[in-house]
Amino acid sequence: MERFFQALAEFPPSSVLDLGGANQANVSFLTNLGHGISPDNVLHYLDRIWHNPELSASRRREEFFDHALNYHAASFNGALVWDTLEFLPEDLLDSFIKQLHILLNPGAPMLILFHGSERESNIQSWTYRIASTSMLQLAPLEVRTRSRYYSNTAIERIFEGFRRVSFFLAHNQIREVLVIR
Amino acid sequence: MSPITPRSMDNDGYGRTSQASIGKSVIVKGQICSREDLYFDGELEGTVELQENKLTIGPNGRVHANIKAREIIVIGSVNGNVEASEKLEIRKEARLVGDIRTTRIVIEDGAFYKGSIDIVKQDVSRTPQQPATAQVQRPQVAATAAAGLGSASTTMAGVPINNELKR
Repeated sequence: MERFFQALAEFPPSSVLDLGGANQANVSFLTNLGHGISPDNVLHYLDRIWHNPELSASRRREEFFDHALNYHAASFNGALVWDTLEFLPEDLLDSFIKQLHILLNPGAPMLILFHGSERESNIQSWTYRIASTSMLQLAPLEVRTRSRYYSNTAIERIFEGFRRVSFFLAHNQIREVLVIR
Repeated sequence: MSPITPRSMDNDGYGRTSQASIGKSVIVKGQICSREDLYFDGELEGTVELQENKLTIGPNGRVHANIKAREIIVIGSVNGNVEASEKLEIRKEARLVGDIRTTRIVIEDGAFYKGSIDIVKQDVSRTPQQPATAQVQRPQVAATAAAGLGSASTTMAGVPINNELKR
């Protein structure tokens, strides 16, 4: 996470996308650094739209992107993706990554977390609250079914259209991935 | 359409006087301007302007409007841009979609918000000196169905596990 904020500091005060939804800690932390923040609760839209059995496959894709990540191109100089990718359906992943690429400016950092071991299919989801550039507080949400396990090789493949992918290991088996657009 | 000027009530149920109130059965289409605090619990499509006063959107309030006020408390639903010159509170039952511009913001756990947040410095000439930053609130643990895991703090010191792969 420190590397994320170091990369973010390369930009003038700007807007950061937070895919974990709105929480006081992240709003306070980022705005105290002089940045704006755009919370976007992707898991909320997954539950309401993507997993809605009444919508056709094409309709739900359209609806999902009508609500999630619906910003102008090059709107952000950073993105906090947290563990969102672990819960994205595989048939949504490519479009999602492409949209992130569109929304971020060149050089913008993305922080993505992957946690748990390969064996676990149902994992704890969390709210991630930034306490400092090196400290996160995790508040438990519901247990969710992970779409798939991502090896480091798989992660590199997903982000092959980006400039750089770096891997770090934090506590509790959490892998931090820093991606530079 | 002419702006609506709500009638005052002697007691607003919050122990304050001189607050106008619009109840949950009222539907407004147009512009609301007020020179006193307003509690709005109905349905609104239009704009709301209370430059020097406080606006509370009640739990039944459903507002599709851009809002400007000194202080704004959202308990119900707002779809529109919100500008609060002093403070904005988004309560846990609230749903707010739109861009925010304010000096201070409080977001309770459980509140739904989507948009962009821009914290601006307070106009020093109008009010006493106050920190021109977002208010820090102690984290509240969100409700969970998980068993026995509780909250955790983790230091994201980030030990590299592979060499950085540059492209």
